[in-house]
Amino acid sequence: MAHFTKPAPGSWTEQYPELGTGPVNYEDSVDPAYYEAEREAVFKRTWLNVGRVERVPRVGNYFTKELTVANTSLIIVRGKDQQIRAFHNVCRHRGNKLVWNDYPGEEVSGTCRQFTCKYHAWRYDLAGELTFVQQEEEFFDLDKGDYGLKSVRCEIWEGFIFINLNPEAAPLTEYLGELAKGVEGYPFDKMTEVFSYKAEVGSNWKLFIDAFAEFYHAPVLHQKQATKEEAEKLLGYGFEALHYELRSPHSMISSWGGMAPPKDPSMVKPIERVLRSGLFGPWDRPDIEGLDPLPSGINPAKHRSWGTDSFEFFPNFTLLFWAPGWYLTYHYWPTAVDKHVFEASLYFVPAKTARERLAQELAAVTFKEYALQDANTLEATQTMLKGRVVTDFPLNDQEILLRHLHKVVGDYVKEHSVAAQ
Amino acid sequence: MLPSDFASLAPYAEWILATEPERYAKRLASSMEEMQAFYDAAFPHLEPATAHLDKFELNDLPEPERNLLLLMFSLVMVSFPVEVWKQARVPDSGAAYLDLVVEPRI
Repeated sequence: MAHFTKPAPGSWTEQYPELGTGPVNYEDSVDPAYYEAEREAVFKRTWLNVGRVERVPRVGNYFTKELTVANTSLIIVRGKDQQIRAFHNVCRHRGNKLVWNDYPGEEVSGTCRQFTCKYHAWRYDLAGELTFVQQEEEFFDLDKGDYGLKSVRCEIWEGFIFINLNPEAAPLTEYLGELAKGVEGYPFDKMTEVFSYKAEVGSNWKLFIDAFAEFYHAPVLHQKQATKEEAEKLLGYGFEALHYELRSPHSMISSWGGMAPPKDPSMVKPIERVLRSGLFGPWDRPDIEGLDPLPSGINPAKHRSWGTDSFEFFPNFTLLFWAPGWYLTYHYWPTAVDKHVFEASLYFVPAKTARERLAQELAAVTFKEYALQDANTLEATQTMLKGRVVTDFPLNDQEILLRHLHKVVGDYVKEHSVAAQ
Repeated sequence: MLPSDFASLAPYAEWILATEPERYAKRLASSMEEMQAFYDAAFPHLEPATAHLDKFELNDLPEPERNLLLLMFSLVMVSFPVEVWKQARVPDSGAAYLDLVVEPRI
């Protein structure tokens, strides 16, 4: 039984005829050759979010980002002119990794006036120019102007830092398109209190996006989190979104989420009743501007039961808004066909009181309880997909974003291989 | 150690831990009986503790108040095992892990 209206063609999926409605083949999540193709066609050619500007607030602040999927590591740094730049993290002398501590594979952050290579002390300024060469007179016709750090396209949208390994790529805002335009003006800059989680997950990167891009699983996988009566009610309802929108290669899902605060307090755990918080975040909206009204692209159906919107910015960046006034980001960084590093960050308006801080703590702790179940389920899926006993899977209308993701990746891979011929 | 109104929680001082990774490790290393005892003792103090702490600047808490807040963070940490799971680990989470790598300082 439908609780929310579907669009005229009768389903969300059929609004987009190019998606089809047949079973979807998941060879794209287990085939090593396909993964190699994705690395070239997707991750070396699209805008990738590597963090927020608050990570580099002052001149000389930097952090490194490991991009295993593209066999590189990047330095993101704020220069003397306040511009944020990105460089490949490699010394031009003989290829040593320029910035790292103790363990070359671990990401680092800090503040400096210049970057000095550990190996032979070549120095680069914050704009990437080579400024010092040890025993320069020993080299042959070396012009320091020719040996600056290799720069990477770096552009900012609403305080989110993106990089692109393709020098020919269209500008970031053009790439992000209409869906991003619709959320511009959200008070991201006021939500600077962050909890960041990280894990290596034993599944293809697309499987975790699949998991978070549909809520069809929520009443089932997470039923133990709710009270028994509530869980049965949720299972009976199932899940229907308020709205879906595809603007290829990106997409979004808009959903209800009526538990912040709940209609009936007995539906939630005792600690949630005291702290007025839970999975959907603190129940009381922070007192800042920019949340009412919300930017037009958030809650696009303008539904009064609205609870959360999840934007999937292709290929691996999820931006999720919660009605009570906070947001989450997810990143999925492939490291192999069957492995990826998952990052989740929760962003709140900084707590002014212990009560606010405790409400945030409960939201952050609760997030982890759910995400651990999600992550573990993925490993189980990956191992069974690899067996290839079953290869094609019937996706329902509430799984439209999954159907779209796998199709878009496939299109990128196909186009890139045609272009390469 | 703790503000005088909350001195009865002193036996649970081992739950005063500065970071989420420490609190999560303590949860996994504790029995349900230990967590239940801590929860039963601390839960009735949650609302009064919050009211007490709200009289102070969050970013400039005196040591006893800071300890009390950290103790309440641990109460939050054990709430899922006690109120829902009836076990320390998240059910169906197997070998999956999720490390908190950045959290607000107190």
